[in-house]
Formats: sequence, structure tokens, C-alpha cells
Amino acid sequence: MKLLVCIKQVPDMESRFKPDSRGTWYHEEDLAWRMNEYDEYAVEEAVRLREQLGEGAELTVLSIGPERVGEAIRKALAMGCDRGVHVLDADAAQRDPWQVAAMIAAHAREKGYELIFTGMQSQDRGSAQVGVTVAEELGFACATTLVGFSYADGAVTAQRELEGGTKGVARLGLPALVTCQLGLNVPRYPTLPNIMKAKKKEVQAVAAAELLEEEARAATTSFHAPAKKGGAVVLEGEVAPLVDQLLGILREKTALLR
Amino acid sequence: MKTLLIGEYREGKLLDVTYELFGFAQQLGAAATLLLVGSRGALPECDGVCYLAEAESVGEYNPDLHKQLILDLVEKEQPDYIVFVHSSYGWDLAPRVAARLKAAQVSEVVGAGGGAFEVGCCNAKMRRRVKPGTARAVLTIQAGAFPALKSGGSPEIRPISATVESRVSFLGYQAADARGVDLGRAEVIVTAGRGVGKRENVPVIQALAKALGGELGASRPVVDAGWVEHSHQVGTTGQSVSPKLYVACGVSGAIQHLAGMKKSEFIVAINKDKDAPIGEVADVLVVADVMQFVPALTARLS
Repeated sequence: MKLLVCIKQVPDMESRFKPDSRGTWYHEEDLAWRMNEYDEYAVEEAVRLREQLGEGAELTVLSIGPERVGEAIRKALAMGCDRGVHVLDADAAQRDPWQVAAMIAAHAREKGYELIFTGMQSQDRGSAQVGVTVAEELGFACATTLVGFSYADGAVTAQRELEGGTKGVARLGLPALVTCQLGLNVPRYPTLPNIMKAKKKEVQAVAAAELLEEEARAATTSFHAPAKKGGAVVLEGEVAPLVDQLLGILREKTALLR
Repeated sequence: MKTLLIGEYREGKLLDVTYELFGFAQQLGAAATLLLVGSRGALPECDGVCYLAEAESVGEYNPDLHKQLILDLVEKEQPDYIVFVHSSYGWDLAPRVAARLKAAQVSEVVGAGGGAFEVGCCNAKMRRRVKPGTARAVLTIQAGAFPALKSGGSPEIRPISATVESRVSFLGYQAADARGVDLGRAEVIVTAGRGVGKRENVPVIQALAKALGGELGASRPVVDAGWVEHSHQVGTTGQSVSPKLYVACGVSGAIQHLAGMKKSEFIVAINKDKDAPIGEVADVLVVADVMQFVPALTARLS
């Protein structure tokens, strides 16, 4: 059984973001990169299924982006994926979700994948479109926002997270694609031996041009900080005077402190 | 301009976010037609046409069929925009519709103007303006971003239905775990966010909650990591709260968290990142390391 997990590399969200020269996305300078958090859950769930299926199963990890993305692929390999596909695309950040999905679908078509895992969204763009669109393009059954996953007898049982803490349970026949929510599992840390092993695993490089046939359907015209509407009083400095200042404000503004 | 609004209905009830779709259409200055998979017993109080598919027969979660209902109506009504709420229902369904229509989709819209849409990105720290490049576009709007518009009228109901083959079958709902703490009654909530660093630090936050006579809250990452159990979670998928005082410790302020606590009477945020989105709803933002500041504050209170 062939499995695919799609991952994205994103900047640390605590970074300070500045617009790039086009003013349509962030400047990449001085950013620390990591695997999109939602995708860590997707990789973990895919690896668990890979382990459940044992011999005869193969798990491929795919990512689209420039050279630096190789690092995220290596991490997924160290977590237990069997092989990698790196779609080399220096302009990945300029693609719209449709193009990204179409590239993944172009790779996956006729490869015989029966189950595809993705994160439910990326932390940087957050469109929550790519996974579902891949499923539509491939004609896969699909469910989003999984907080529970199991596979048995040729079907997936998916526990979807709904608002207010309720869950919806659905069964999906194969081939299927699921998008993974935070908390689905506890992603493993790669062990040193597995990091070493991952270095020997195959990563196939594919030029973006081989997969990219579609025009963008949406264009980003601006990337900017939100207009500050919050009227928060900002307190900065040494801890001890900060405590005094805050207590003063709380005594004045709330009736909770005596 | 014409919009086709996709209403929400779950467990036999019309969801109030449906009215935010009307608020959005009004802001666009567009005509609105509603499509609802719901029931005659729980109709929205709105004017205009409501195409109604009976949830009883087509199912509340049946994405392939709901997609077909929408595609049929798009063919008939020729809307410029098909608008969903960015919710577990909307983000699941919207890309399927957009893909079939070969239409642009813009997700989690918070503002509109000039044929472009404002959306959040980078964990709500930044914004993008996105312009659809197709004549027809699919949109999902952020819950809470547009005012609810409830005209009080009664819609003209037009029944619709469809049948499709699908490999997705809905098995049922599982209710949220009702045990645990009821944050709704707390006057003070002190919430641990990812910024507390590790499980061993949670008691430090708990001690502040105790010193203030309040309850411990938690943000999603803290619950997901298993540091605090789920009944303490504040936000869209946890509890919505409005205490007299809310102290957010190391909480960055993801939109799902803000939606669950921004109605609190007084909000203090303690965060070392001055740009964290929690600052948007806070009354006071203390720029400090949580693990240095919180123990010092607790010591002064006890």
C-alpha cells in the first residue's frame, strides 16, 4: 500500500515579519525555518499507519520549495517516512493554493497512492485549501480537521473536530485524503540513529516546471501588518516595577483586588 | 452583484454564524440567496430566497452531496461569489466547490473592498490582500469578522435535493467531554499558553490563578501537548468565556483563542513578543518573560 504525506516548511511564527521587495509576502531574511506544525501531526499519523501496515507499505514525503525545504524532508524521513520527493521551486511562495494543489496532484496521479495525509492548513498562509483541492483533483474521498484516525479493513475512520468541542465521525473508502489537526497525536522526535538512517534515504528531486501547468486563480496584491486597533497599555522594563505597575492598574480598573 | 450564501446547521439546529453571511453580503452591497441543508423547523429569520435541502434525507455531513447541491444552484443562480463561513463545515466544503468550478478561493476573509479581500496570515500577525482572478469566486469568511444580520423576516423556501455516489459516510457525533472545570462561572481566569515553555511550569500559572481566586485556563497547544486537560481549554473548540479578569500568560492569540475570550471585561496579556496578536484584544500588555513575571506577581498577591 502506497502512502503519501505532504509537508510545508514555514518560518517560526514568533518571528517578526517584514514585507519582501514585491510587497506581497514576507522577506525571508533572518527567519528560522521549521516543519509546518499541522504537518508534523500528518507525518506522525502517516508513520504510525506505515508501522501498522508493516512490510509492503511505502510512505513517501513530498514538499515543494527551494533548497532549504530539504531540511524538513530530512526530518520527516527521520520520523519514519521511507522516501522523499522534493519539488524544487524557488518561487513556491508566489504560487496560489490552487497551483500548489495542482502540482501535488500532478505528482500523485497514477502513482497508486491509496492514502494521502496533509496538515489542515499552513501556519503562514493558512488557506486550508491545498489538501482538499488535491483530493478533488484526484477524485479521492476526503475529510478535514482530523483529531482521530484509524484504518482497518480498507476504510478510514476519521474523527473530525467541530466547533465547541463536538466531534463528527465519518468513514472514508479508499483512495482517501485526510487533513490533520493539531492534537491528533503526539509527533515523535527523531532519534539520533534515525536521523543517521534518514541521510541514506532516497530523496528524488523534481523540477517544478515538470509539474506546474496551471495558472494562478488568485493573486496576492499586498502583505502588511494589520492596522493596530488594540488600545492596550504596553508595560515594558524590569520585572519588579512591572509588577507594581500592573497591580496599580488592576486595583484601579477591576474590583477584584483588595 | 450576487452572492450565494451557504448556511450552517448542525445537530438539528440552525447555527447563528449563518447571519454573519448576510452581514458580509450587505457589506459587499450584494444580493443574497441562501442555501441551507437544514429543516423547516429551524429556518433562518431572513428575507429573500432560501433553497432548502432536508438534512434528514441528505445528511448534515455529506460533503460530496452538499457540493453537488451547491454546483446545481450555481448553475441556476449564476452568483458572483459563493460564500461560506470559515468553519469546520465551510473549510471542508469550499475547496471542493472551488475546484469543480475552477474558481479562485479566498479563505478566512476579514475585510472586503475594491474586488479584493483582506485575510489574515502568519498566525494572524500579518494580513494579505487577495484578488480573485476568476469571474466567479469562492470565499470563506472568518467567524466574528462581520456583523450578524438578522432581518427578522421569513424566507421564501424552495426545496432542493440531489443524489450522488460518495465514499464518505457520516457515522455520528461525539459530544464534548462534559466533565471537568466550568470556566463559564469563573470571575478570574489565568490561562497558560505555549509560552510557559513546559509542563513543569504549569503549576506556576495555577498558583497565580489561585492567588487571584480564579481558575486555570489553557490555550490549545498546551492542551494538545497534554500539559493541561481539555476542559480547561479556552477558544472555538473549547469554552467561550467572559470573566471579569482574564490573564493570558504566554498566549500568542490565535484567532480561535481570541474568539473564546475577547469578551472578557479586563484582559491582561503577559508575553515576551510585543507583536503577538493577543495585544489586539488586551487592555494591558506586559512585555516580559512569563516565568519571571508570573512568580513575582503571585508573590506580591499572597
